[in-house]
Amino acid sequence: MSHRRTLAGTLVAAALLVSGCTGSGGSSEGADAKAPDDPSKVSGTIKVLTHRTDIVQDGTMKKYADAFNRTYPKVKVEFEALTDYEAEVKIRMNTENYGDVLMIPAVIKKNDYPKFFASLGTEKELSEKYRFTDFTAVDGKVYGQTTNGGTPGFVYNKKVWAEAGVTDWPTTPDEFLTALKAIKSRTDAVPYYTNFAAQWPLTSWTYVNGSVSCDTGATTALTEGDPWAEGADLRVGDTLLHDIVHQGLIEKDPTTTNWEGSKPRLAKGEIATAWLGSWAVLQFRQAAEKAGTDPDDIGFMPFPAQVDGTFCAVLSPDYNQAVNINSKHKEAARAWIDWFSTESGYADDNLLPSVLKDAPLPEALKPYEEAGVKLIELDDAKGGLVKEIDSASEVGIHGPAYRQDLVDLARGAEDGDLDDFLADLGKRWTEAAKTVGS
Amino acid sequence: MPRTRTTDPSHATEKAARPPVAAPPPPMPRRAPRKVRLWRKLTPWLFLAAPLALLIAFTYAPVANMLAYSFTDWDGVSPELRYTGPDNYIEIFTRPELFQVFFVSGYYLAASALQIGVALYFATILSFDLRFRNLFKGVLFFPYLINGVAIGFVFLYFFQDGGTLDSLLALLGHESDRAWLGTSTSANISLSGVSVWRYTGLNFVLFLGAIQSIPGELYEAAELDGANRWHQFRYIIAPGIRPVLSLSVILSISGSLSVFEIPYIMTGGATGTETFVIQTVKLAFQFNKTGLASAAAVVLLLIILAVTWLQRRLVPDDRADLV
Repeated sequence: MSHRRTLAGTLVAAALLVSGCTGSGGSSEGADAKAPDDPSKVSGTIKVLTHRTDIVQDGTMKKYADAFNRTYPKVKVEFEALTDYEAEVKIRMNTENYGDVLMIPAVIKKNDYPKFFASLGTEKELSEKYRFTDFTAVDGKVYGQTTNGGTPGFVYNKKVWAEAGVTDWPTTPDEFLTALKAIKSRTDAVPYYTNFAAQWPLTSWTYVNGSVSCDTGATTALTEGDPWAEGADLRVGDTLLHDIVHQGLIEKDPTTTNWEGSKPRLAKGEIATAWLGSWAVLQFRQAAEKAGTDPDDIGFMPFPAQVDGTFCAVLSPDYNQAVNINSKHKEAARAWIDWFSTESGYADDNLLPSVLKDAPLPEALKPYEEAGVKLIELDDAKGGLVKEIDSASEVGIHGPAYRQDLVDLARGAEDGDLDDFLADLGKRWTEAAKTVGS
Repeated sequence: MPRTRTTDPSHATEKAARPPVAAPPPPMPRRAPRKVRLWRKLTPWLFLAAPLALLIAFTYAPVANMLAYSFTDWDGVSPELRYTGPDNYIEIFTRPELFQVFFVSGYYLAASALQIGVALYFATILSFDLRFRNLFKGVLFFPYLINGVAIGFVFLYFFQDGGTLDSLLALLGHESDRAWLGTSTSANISLSGVSVWRYTGLNFVLFLGAIQSIPGELYEAAELDGANRWHQFRYIIAPGIRPVLSLSVILSISGSLSVFEIPYIMTGGATGTETFVIQTVKLAFQFNKTGLASAAAVVLLLIILAVTWLQRRLVPDDRADLV
C-alpha cells in the first residue's frame, strides 16, 4: 500500500507548510494612531467594522458619517456590519485585512493588543479626559476607546410592579423574590423573563460582579479566590437567578424564549422584569412606542443589594474601538474614533453614559441619580488574567453555558443542587487560576 | 449521423456499456511518438486539475491545517503558537466527561433507524405505480432542500409551549401544553425528530434511485410466479438495493456521531442536548482552545473512520446479484 504512505506523507508535508503561514502582524508593532492636528488635511478612505447591523441598515450610521464629514471633509467612511461579529472578526484577524477601525473582539488577549492595534496614546494623558482607559491599556499605552459606557440592571415594567404593590426598589435578594412573588400572585405578568434560548442575555448576570459588594477591585478579586465562595458577588447573583427560577417566577418554557418577542411583551406588561443592561432601555422604549403603550412605563433598577444603605452599579465600557495596526490611514481612523465616541451623539442617542468623564448621566439613568445609586468603575488591571482563567477553566463567565445549566438545575430539568454546582465552578476556577499566569 | 443519436443520453450509455468484444479495437501503432505519449499520459490529469485543486484547497489543506493545529496550543487568533506535542490528545483522553456527550448520539442513532425505515417504506411504495406519485416524491424530498438554520428556527416556533405542535395536538383533541425542549429526554427526542424530518428525504431519494434501477421485468416475472408486494420487496428490492442500504447506514451512523446544526441552533447545547461537535465548537470559540478543539475534531474523525471500518468488516459489501 505504498500509495497510501505517499498520501500520508503529502498530508504531513502540507500540514507543516500550512502551519507556517499562521499569524500576522508584528511587523508594525508599536505603531501609533495620532489624533490629527488639522481636520481639513486628513484624508483617506477608512473602513469601520461594527456589530450594529441594525443602524447600518437603517441609515443612522450614514448620518453619523455625514456629520463627521462636516469636520473632516476629506475622509471617506465606509461601514461593514457583521452579524456574528465576534466569530467573523476573530477569523479575519489572522490576516491584515480587518478594517481600519474595529471593535476589539473579546477573544483578543489584552497583552496581544499591541500586536493588532495602533496605540491611541498614553493612559496617563487619556485618562484625564476619558473613562475606562485602563480596560485597553497595556504597559501604559491605550489601544482602544469605547463608544459608550453601560451599567447592568433590571429592565422592568413600572405599571406591573406598581399593580403588584411594589413601589420601592428591593434592597436585598429576598425582597426582590418577595416582589416577584407579589407580581405572580397579583398580576397576569410573567414576573421574570430569562431569555434562556437567546443565550447572551444570561451572560449579563456576570456583571453583578462589583454591584453587590460595591468594590472597585471586584475584577481583581476574581483572580484571587473563589468567585462562588459564600458571600461573593457572583454567588449572590447566581443564587438569586437560581431562586427566581426555582420558585417558578419565570416564563413557563424558558427553552423556547424569544428575545425580539420579549421586548413588546415587557412593554405591554406581559413580562414584568428582565436582567439586562442600560443599553436595553432604549430598545424597550421603542418597542413600547410600536406596541402603543407608554414608553415611560419602562423602568430600570439596580441589583437588589446595598452597602451602607446605598445601591451600587458598575459602570463599564461597551465595545472598544481600535485602529488596525496595518491601516494605511491611521490618522483618519483615529479621527473617527475620537469623533464617534465624543461628538457624534451616539451615546446620547442610545441613552447611554458618555465616555467623557465630565459628561452628565443620560436620561435613562436619572432615576439612579435621584435614588443616590453610587456608580463605580471597576479596576481592570487584571481583566486579561480573568479572561485567561475563564478560558482555561472552561467555566465561561462571559458565555451562556453555565448559566443555562444553572437554570436547568433550578427548574429541575437537571439533577443536582445549587451548592454542589457552585462548588464545582469554584473548584474548576481556582484550579485554573493556579495554572494560568504563573 | 442523425442528431438525436448523439444527444440522446440513453444511447450514449448503452454504447459505453457494451463490452469491448462487440467492436474490435482499432489497430494501434506499436509505439506512439514520445510527445504523443506524454500528452496521452497528461490528458487525464489536465481534466482532473480543476477538481483536484478545489479538493486539495478546500478539503485536504484545511484537514492538514487542523492536524497541525491539534499539536499546538493556539488560541485561534494570537500570532504566537507553541508546539505542544501530543498534550492535547492526552488531555482529551484523560477527560472522560468529554466523551459523555456521545450518549446524546444514541437518540440520533435510534432516530436514524426510524428514518431509514420510513424512507425505505415510502421509496418502495412510490416505486410502484401510484396516483400523485411525483407529488409525494416532491413532498418527501422537500425538507432536505431547506437550509438547516431555517429549519432550526422554524422548529423553535413549532416546539414553543402553546406553539404549532401544541395547537396541532389540541386540534386532535389532546389538550397538551408542554415544554417540548424542557427536559433533556424530551428535548433530545424532539431534536432527533427534526433531524428525521430533515434527512428522510435524502435517504428516500437514494433508495428510490436504487429501486428504479432494478429491471422491471423482474417484477413482471415475479408477479407471474404469484409473488405479492411483500415478496417482491423481500426478494427483489431488498437485495437489489443492499449497497445503497449499507451506505445509508454508514452515513447515518457517522451523521449521528457528528450531529451539529439542529441542536446548535435550537438549543445551543443546553438542557443536555450537547453533542460532540457542539462541545468542540465551544472549546474553539468560547474558550479559545483551538488546538484542543482541533485535536477533538481529529479524534471524532478517527472514531468515525473506525466505526465505518468495523461496519464494513461486519457487513461486507456484496455486489447486488438479482439474476
